[in-house]
Amino acid sequence: MNQSLRNGADAFLQRYQGLRARLPGDLALRDAAAERFAADGLPSTKGEAWRYTSLRGLAETAFQEPLVAVSSNPDLGEAVDGPRLVLVDGRYQPGLSVLPEGVTVTTFADQPDFGRLPGIEAPMVALNTMLAEDGVQLHVAAGVDAGTVALLSLAVDGHRPVAFHPRHSLHVEAGAKLTVVEVARGEGAYLHNAVTQAVVGEDATLVHVRLQQEGAAAYHVNTTFAEIAARGVYDAFVLTLGAKLARTEIHARLMGEGGAVHLNGAQLLGDQQHGDITTIVAHDAPGCASRQTIKNVLSDHARGVFQGRIEVARVAQKTDGYQMNQALLLSPHAEINCKPQLEIYADDVKCSHGATVGELDADQLFYLRSRGVPEAEARAILVRSFLSEAMDPIQHEGARALLERAIEQWWERRPA
Amino acid sequence: MLSINNLAARIEEKEILRGISLDLPAGQVHAIMGPNGSGKSTLGYVLSGHEGYEVTGGTVSFEGQDLLAMEPEARAAAGLFLAFQAPIELPGVNNANFLRTALNAIRRARGEAELDAIGFLRLARAESKRLGMPDDMLKRNVNVGFSGGEKKRNEVLQMAILRPKLAVLDETDSGLDIDALKIVAEGVNALRSPEFSALVITHHQRLLDHLVPDRVHVLSAGRIIRSGGPELARELEANGYAGVVGEAAAA
Repeated sequence: MNQSLRNGADAFLQRYQGLRARLPGDLALRDAAAERFAADGLPSTKGEAWRYTSLRGLAETAFQEPLVAVSSNPDLGEAVDGPRLVLVDGRYQPGLSVLPEGVTVTTFADQPDFGRLPGIEAPMVALNTMLAEDGVQLHVAAGVDAGTVALLSLAVDGHRPVAFHPRHSLHVEAGAKLTVVEVARGEGAYLHNAVTQAVVGEDATLVHVRLQQEGAAAYHVNTTFAEIAARGVYDAFVLTLGAKLARTEIHARLMGEGGAVHLNGAQLLGDQQHGDITTIVAHDAPGCASRQTIKNVLSDHARGVFQGRIEVARVAQKTDGYQMNQALLLSPHAEINCKPQLEIYADDVKCSHGATVGELDADQLFYLRSRGVPEAEARAILVRSFLSEAMDPIQHEGARALLERAIEQWWERRPA
Repeated sequence: MLSINNLAARIEEKEILRGISLDLPAGQVHAIMGPNGSGKSTLGYVLSGHEGYEVTGGTVSFEGQDLLAMEPEARAAAGLFLAFQAPIELPGVNNANFLRTALNAIRRARGEAELDAIGFLRLARAESKRLGMPDDMLKRNVNVGFSGGEKKRNEVLQMAILRPKLAVLDETDSGLDIDALKIVAEGVNALRSPEFSALVITHHQRLLDHLVPDRVHVLSAGRIIRSGGPELARELEANGYAGVVGEAAAA
């Protein structure tokens, strides 16, 4: 193994030895995760799962434990209206939060629940399992329409690199509905390594919209495991704008007949940013649908990665799977890596995937400019139209407006 | 209004315009006619600032300004409008938003107040009704799924809303039936005033029956080989280009 990855892993293991006695929850599970992490270390580009995303920079950063005392009144920034749950440097802040109705909220620190998926096979999940201190756990009882909850993560300890590993759980029982709008922001160099377990019951709907606006020096690794029961819907969208390096990894498992999963997303990256969206959709039941539309807008020396695997089990007849990854390269130095994988063991399925890479269309740009639209604005219009296919399915107006404003701001900071 | 002096331009290594001179006074409509490949569309693109064409010589002055030194958007703000021969499709861009963005960009550049959504829609609906366009064309994506005739009418609608001082119409009549042709001609005629000029690029005389030009110029191999009054268009229609082009070659 690469020496810097080894040293980085050892630093986290030492942190675990120091904190072990004070950490909440199942220590046996944590020890197992630590054992696994000690053996595997941080993921390397030599392995298939992280081939395009190198964690060397992360490994070479000496992360520390966030201070417990934090600024009492940090700037929360923009989010959706209504109830909100706020974490600062990975720790839940009751004083900054507004509790929702119709949702039972507990924290990982108080009632640690590692969930049904120990998930220690993946190194970053093992790291989270080993070091998780806090997180939010939302539970919606059967048949309840719980509305929308904002989940904000802020990193405020800008003076030294800190690492936090929140562990979240979203559980929507049969026939219930919940929309979660996550926003991640921060200052300084830090690692935000979150793991979320989402359980969607029969006929239930979980809408999960994420806006990643981390600070420019941050590392953001986010792993979600979603299980969808019969006729349940997991409707996810992720917008990646921030962080030096970001990886959003979603494992969605369709476990009952007639379930649906939408994993849409967009990443807009500049400078030396690296953004990775990795999805694994498992069709384990018949008659389920999965839809993925991922759009990448890459400028400067940015690099985008999309890896999408669809696994269709032998029993999953009448599966309807669709996956599309598109990239718009705004600079000759930008790069996209795309790896679609279809593993189909059933014989009566409809599965398609595709990928396109292109630049802004010169004729379209000229047409807009010839009508008086300044070049920078014309470029922004064409980028928005490129994104519209992924953005249009977002039904939640507040969430959609939040994302559109974030894109607007991204564009203003980055005149083409 | 527009003064073109010995303009030469090429695309990649191919010389297309080889010294065009033309004076278009305010208030006049001039027609540019000529066979395929004579440089008609290139003239339109060069005037509006398409980057694919390299100007290799000559000058163009538009209301006293050096047009060739201006960005395409600045030319539009100064009052130039090119109606495209093949209008570009913009998937994911709503036609009404597109028009409003363009109008407000031009108003901004001119130091005028922007029009709000309601005021704009009122204007756009009135203009599209006048041009016999269905309301839903404003709601659709720009030129996406439009028929050839609808695309041309959409160009005329843009012109009507942006109210240029100088309109260059690049074969706006091609592919139109007689009713659509009349609508296009009426669209231009409605703008005619002492402060408005138009350069109508066309292959046929048909449009000029409804949009009577003050002057007709015949373009061949990148040069104007003959100019005359509206009767020249009829002569071309009767005798074809071959006669005029041949005469010029012989002369």
